[in-house]
Amino acid sequence: MKRRSFLNLVSALTIASAMAATAASAENIRIGAVAPKTGPLAGGATVTQWPSIQLWVSQVNAAGGLTVDGEKMMIELIEYDDQTNPGETIKAVQRLATQDKAHFIIAPYGTGLNLAAAPLFDRYGYPQIAVSAITDHQADLAEKFPNMFFTLGTTTALAADVVKVLSEMRDAGQMGDKVAMVNVADAFGIELAAAAKPLFEEAGFNIVYETSYPLGTQDLSPVIKSAAAAKPDAFVAWSYPPDTFGLTEQAMIENLDVKAFYTAVATPFPGYGARFGSAAEGVLGAGGVNPESPAFKEYAAAHEAVTGNKPDYWASATTYASLEILGQAIEAAGLDRAAVSAHLKQSTYETVLGPISFDENNSNADFWTVGQWQGGVFKGVASRGRDGSVPVILKDGWK
Amino acid sequence: MDILITGILLGGTYALIAMGLNLQYGVARIMNLANGEILVAGGYFAFIAFTATQLSPILTIFLVAPLAFVLNWLIYRLMLQPLVNRAKNRGQLETDSILATFGLSFVGVGVMLSLFGGDYFSYSFMAVPVELLGNTYGANRVLSFVMAFLICGALYFWLNHSRAGLSIRAIATAPASARLVGIDVKKLSALAFALGGAVTAVGGALISTYLTLDASTGIVFTLKALIIVIMGGVGDVRGTIVAALLLGVLETVVASLIDPGLTLAAAYVMFLGILLFRPQGLFGKQTT
Repeated sequence: MKRRSFLNLVSALTIASAMAATAASAENIRIGAVAPKTGPLAGGATVTQWPSIQLWVSQVNAAGGLTVDGEKMMIELIEYDDQTNPGETIKAVQRLATQDKAHFIIAPYGTGLNLAAAPLFDRYGYPQIAVSAITDHQADLAEKFPNMFFTLGTTTALAADVVKVLSEMRDAGQMGDKVAMVNVADAFGIELAAAAKPLFEEAGFNIVYETSYPLGTQDLSPVIKSAAAAKPDAFVAWSYPPDTFGLTEQAMIENLDVKAFYTAVATPFPGYGARFGSAAEGVLGAGGVNPESPAFKEYAAAHEAVTGNKPDYWASATTYASLEILGQAIEAAGLDRAAVSAHLKQSTYETVLGPISFDENNSNADFWTVGQWQGGVFKGVASRGRDGSVPVILKDGWK
Repeated sequence: MDILITGILLGGTYALIAMGLNLQYGVARIMNLANGEILVAGGYFAFIAFTATQLSPILTIFLVAPLAFVLNWLIYRLMLQPLVNRAKNRGQLETDSILATFGLSFVGVGVMLSLFGGDYFSYSFMAVPVELLGNTYGANRVLSFVMAFLICGALYFWLNHSRAGLSIRAIATAPASARLVGIDVKKLSALAFALGGAVTAVGGALISTYLTLDASTGIVFTLKALIIVIMGGVGDVRGTIVAALLLGVLETVVASLIDPGLTLAAAYVMFLGILLFRPQGLFGKQTT
C-alpha cells in the first residue's frame, strides 16, 4: 500500500511539473525542427541544416525574441532526429503537431523527407518553407499542398545552367564538345542526369561516356578510368557527398585531364576545400553564393562564432534565409498559421541572399545554380536573378 | 591487368573490413553488429590525429590498436561475458549477442555524434598516384592493401603457429572439447574479441585515408563485413581473405566491363550463389 501511494505521489508530482512547464512556456513560440542527425543524410544535414537553425534561434532569442502582436516572444526549439527515415519524419511531424503543439515547424532536410512530410504539414496547416527539396514538380506540389514553398531552385535549372556554363566555355574556344557524364543511382542524381542529357545534346555536346553507380560505392576508380579513356573535355558528375569526395580524389590520382570538372552535392562544403586544398581550384559544383556580399560575410562570421563551423557555400545561407522569412512572416501576421501562409504568398522578404518572394507556384525564382572553387572560396558563377557572379576559370591540372 | 589490380586493391580494403568480425564471430561467437562503429571510431582517431598533429595514419594505427584492444576487451568482459555465461546453447548466445550489439551500435553512433558531431570527416593523405605495371593507382589504397596483407598474414601465422593461436582455433572448431584439454575458453574468447576489435579499428584508420566517413556510416561496413565473413566461412582467416579478394575483383570487373550500376547486383548474386551451393562458406566446415 505504501508503495502505491508513493507512486501516486510521484506521478502527481510529474504531472504537476509537466503542467508547470507548459504554463511557463506559454509565453514562448514553440518551433519544431525535424531533420537527420543519424543515417545517410546526417552528414549533409549537420553541415547545412542544423547549424543554421541553431544560429537563427540563438540570434532571435539574444535579441529578445520575435515581436508578435506587440509582445516579445522567445523561441523554444524542439528538435527531432528522423534518422533519414521518411517514416520517422512523418512521426516526428505528427508528434510536433499533436503532442508538442508546435506553433510552427521548420521544413525537413532533403527532397524525399520533405515530400514525405508535406501531406502532414498540409493537414495541420503548417507552412513548409522547403530548402533542400529540389524538384521539377514544384507547380504540382504547390497546387496539391498550398502551404508548401520552395527556395533552392529546380532540377532543370540546376542542370541547364551547368550546360550553359560549359557551352559558353566551348563557344569561347576554351574546350571541345566531349562530355563524360556520370550520376549516383539515387533520386536526385537520376533526376539531374535525366534532365541534363537532352540539354547537353540540344546544346551540341557529344556525350562520350555515361554511366551510373550505386550510392555508397567504395571504389570509384573504374568510373574515373573509363571516363578518362573516353578523353572528355568536361567531366560532369551528379553526385552525393561521399562520392563527390571519392570522384575528386580519383580524378587527382588519375590526373584526369579535363578543362571543366563538375561534382554536385557537397562540392560547396567547406570540408571539400579543406581536404583538397589547391587541387580544388577550378572545380565546379552545384549551388554557390556571393561570398563578397556584406550580408553573407556577416552571416558566415556569426555562423562560425555560434556553431564553431563554417557554413557551406550554397544551402546553408538559403536555410538561414528560409528561417528569416518565417520569422518576418510571424512578426507580420502573428501566430495564426493560415495568416502566415497567406503573408508568405504576397510579400517580399529581406534575407541574407537578398530579397526573396514567392511566385504563383510558391517558388523563389532567384537562386544560385553553379559555383566554382576559386582561390580557396566557392564562388557563384551562374544564377537565376542573383547578383555577384564571377567569371568561370578553366580547370588547370590537380596540383 | 589494370582491372585485376584495381580489384585486388579493393579486395584488400574488404579484407580489412571483414577480418575483425571474423575473429569475433568465429571464435568469441559474438555476431558483433557494432563492428562498423568500431571501424568508424578508428577512422575518427586517425582523422583527429592527422588534422590536429599531422600524425601519419601509419603511425596512428600503433596507438589505435592497443586502445581498441582494451576497449573491446572491456566491452566483452562487462557486456558480453554475462550473456555467454547464461546462454544455454549457441543459438541463444547468437540471438542475445545480436540484440545486445545492435543496441551497442546505436550507443556507438550516439557517442560519436555527441563527441565529434555528424559532419563528414575526410582528409587527404597520400592521394598521389603510384605506377604499377604501367597503370596508376592511389598510393593510399596501395598502402592499405599492403597493411591488409601484413595484418592478415600475421594473423594467419599466429593462429597456425603459436600456442594461443592454436588454442583459439581449437575453440573455433570445438568450444566444448577445448575446455577438456585445458584451454581457458573464457580468457581466450575475450582475447579473440578484443583482437578482432583492434584489427577492425586499424582497418578503419587505414580506410579513412581514402573513404569519406561520418558517424552513422558504420552500418554500411558491418553489412559488407557480414557478407564477406559468411561467404568466406565463419572462423577461417583464409576464407575471409579469398572472399574479400573475389568480391573486390568481381565488383571491379563488372564496373569496368559492364556497368558500375550493376556492382551491387553482382555482389549479391555471388553471395546468393555461395549460400545456395556452399552454405557453410568457401572454407567453412560442414556443420553437423
